[in-house]
Amino acid sequence: MPLLSVKGLTTTFRTDRGVLTAVDGVSFDLEAGETLAIVGESGSGKSVTALSLMRLIAQPAGRIAAGEILFEGQDLLKLPEPEMQAVRGNRIAMIFQEPMTSLNPSLTLGVQVGEPQVLHRGATWDKAIARAGDLLDRVRLPDARARVNAYPHQFSGGQRQRAMIAMALACQPKLIIADEPTTALDVTVQAQILALLKELAREQGTALILITHDLGIVARYADRVAVMYGGRIVETAAARDLYRTPQHPYTAGLLACIPRLDQVTGRRLIPIEGQPPDLARMPPGCAFRPRCPRASAACDAARPALAEVAPGHWKACFRDAA
Amino acid sequence: MAAASDIVSPPRSALPPRRHPFIAGLLRLVREKPLGAIGLAIVLVFLICGIFADVIAPYGINQISPVNRLKPPSARFWFGTDHLGRDMFSRILFGAQLSVIIGLSAASLATVISLTLGIVSGYFGGKIDMLLQRLVDAWMSFPELIILIVVVSVVGPGMVQVIFILGLTFGIGGSRIIRGAVVSTRENMYIHATQSMGASTLRVLLAHILPNIMAPVLVLFSTRVGAVILVESGLSFLGFGVPPPAPTWGGMLSGSGRTYMYMAPWLALAPGLCLTLVVYGINVLGDALRDLLDPRMRGSR
Repeated sequence: MPLLSVKGLTTTFRTDRGVLTAVDGVSFDLEAGETLAIVGESGSGKSVTALSLMRLIAQPAGRIAAGEILFEGQDLLKLPEPEMQAVRGNRIAMIFQEPMTSLNPSLTLGVQVGEPQVLHRGATWDKAIARAGDLLDRVRLPDARARVNAYPHQFSGGQRQRAMIAMALACQPKLIIADEPTTALDVTVQAQILALLKELAREQGTALILITHDLGIVARYADRVAVMYGGRIVETAAARDLYRTPQHPYTAGLLACIPRLDQVTGRRLIPIEGQPPDLARMPPGCAFRPRCPRASAACDAARPALAEVAPGHWKACFRDAA
Repeated sequence: MAAASDIVSPPRSALPPRRHPFIAGLLRLVREKPLGAIGLAIVLVFLICGIFADVIAPYGINQISPVNRLKPPSARFWFGTDHLGRDMFSRILFGAQLSVIIGLSAASLATVISLTLGIVSGYFGGKIDMLLQRLVDAWMSFPELIILIVVVSVVGPGMVQVIFILGLTFGIGGSRIIRGAVVSTRENMYIHATQSMGASTLRVLLAHILPNIMAPVLVLFSTRVGAVILVESGLSFLGFGVPPPAPTWGGMLSGSGRTYMYMAPWLALAPGLCLTLVVYGINVLGDALRDLLDPRMRGSR
């Protein structure tokens, strides 16, 4: 049985312009200890997918309209809120983008990193803060134990993201969801943070969902990749297969616009023309149709479903790979 | 799950342990906000005067002395005497007592009401917010002095009525400010982060949102103390406040102060200046506290 099994997850938002479906029937499995990267542009539904897994969609505008989230065999969508609170931060933890704003400016680091211990393990504040020092030391925050009483503004962006990781690790969760954990950081720090996250996850046997728009970064850290477009997964495969033989024209397009060091100089990057689809006014056919270089008449009629094209490699496209 | 008492309490050990935090805070106030320290000194002087009025006052509040009517300030009567020969200094001291009691209790009540309404309205939003805010609108559309005069006319004048009505009026009005602060705080990523750590709604509200809206709360409280003292004086001036012979500053201004303004200006000057000084002190102190309690203003590395 997989650790996490998401089936037909659909999340909608009521807006002034009508109901938009931000996540549209997303399904995937995640084994214990596995790392899955969810890749997509802004508005592709990847962050909403993450928040839906935690049931943290802003209500009443947002709503998980359909689907199942089976975590260790238990449907999270059926749990009453207090039980869901016992899951959050304890069995599933989340790391947010923007480390500069994800820490409460008026509480010390020790209090914030120690909080999950108090919430879920019944630790006293003194113990939790002492343990926060150990955790911060584990994420290699310099001089960690002496600085548990410092406030977030006294740390750099990378250090804060380390603190966020420490918070997520506090209760040794089975699954950590990292929503663009490195977007706001310097490139040099990005690699350090991801390597650290991956290393600690491996030590604890924690599964990881890495949400990002950067296919380049994901290559080294993910076991599997799911590419999202217009609220749906359009292609999913083992990371190696996806990079070698992208099947969906969107994935191919994404890969073509990443600069690579191992290729001949002078090769031009190829952008994907056009804009991501308006979720409130989805075209009837394939969502990628208006931007697709290989679209045909069939693409206008219906949205393609995910189909297995090679073992473990799925895509949602009517066209054969080029 | 933490016990209810744990929900609010950020641990003591979160503070730097070297010096007693209160002393350290006081030193910082003097060093970084000298104006605030002056405000604190003014407030302390008036607090002490108010609390120990019985001990300090050289004469009784209603001790009349027909021989010494309308005497100007002198070594014997520091602030002079009024038309009944009562010592103004003693009356000012007891007036401070009344002002302190009314100011602090009405402002506290107002702050509690503002916080409750503002947090509920701002955090939960949607229909609750809509309903509460329209009620607040309706309440605020009446001038507070009119509400006060109506209530006092119905239930009769007295300190408790004044405290209660002022607390309610200022509380409902101030909830707007708190609501605004909560709405902007709620959208911060760290609130989502806390929720993702499994914190309950109550915990998010009390331990994570409240500390971040302390700045407006403090300013609200300090300006309210001043405003309550002023409005109470205004009420007494109009004859709807705490009834005489209770020595309220407003009452003194409107009574003998107005009548003998030209013959004996000290009768109006003494309570008027005290009023000005206290309100100024409280506002300056509140401003300084707001700046000092913001952790972002504490020295960075």
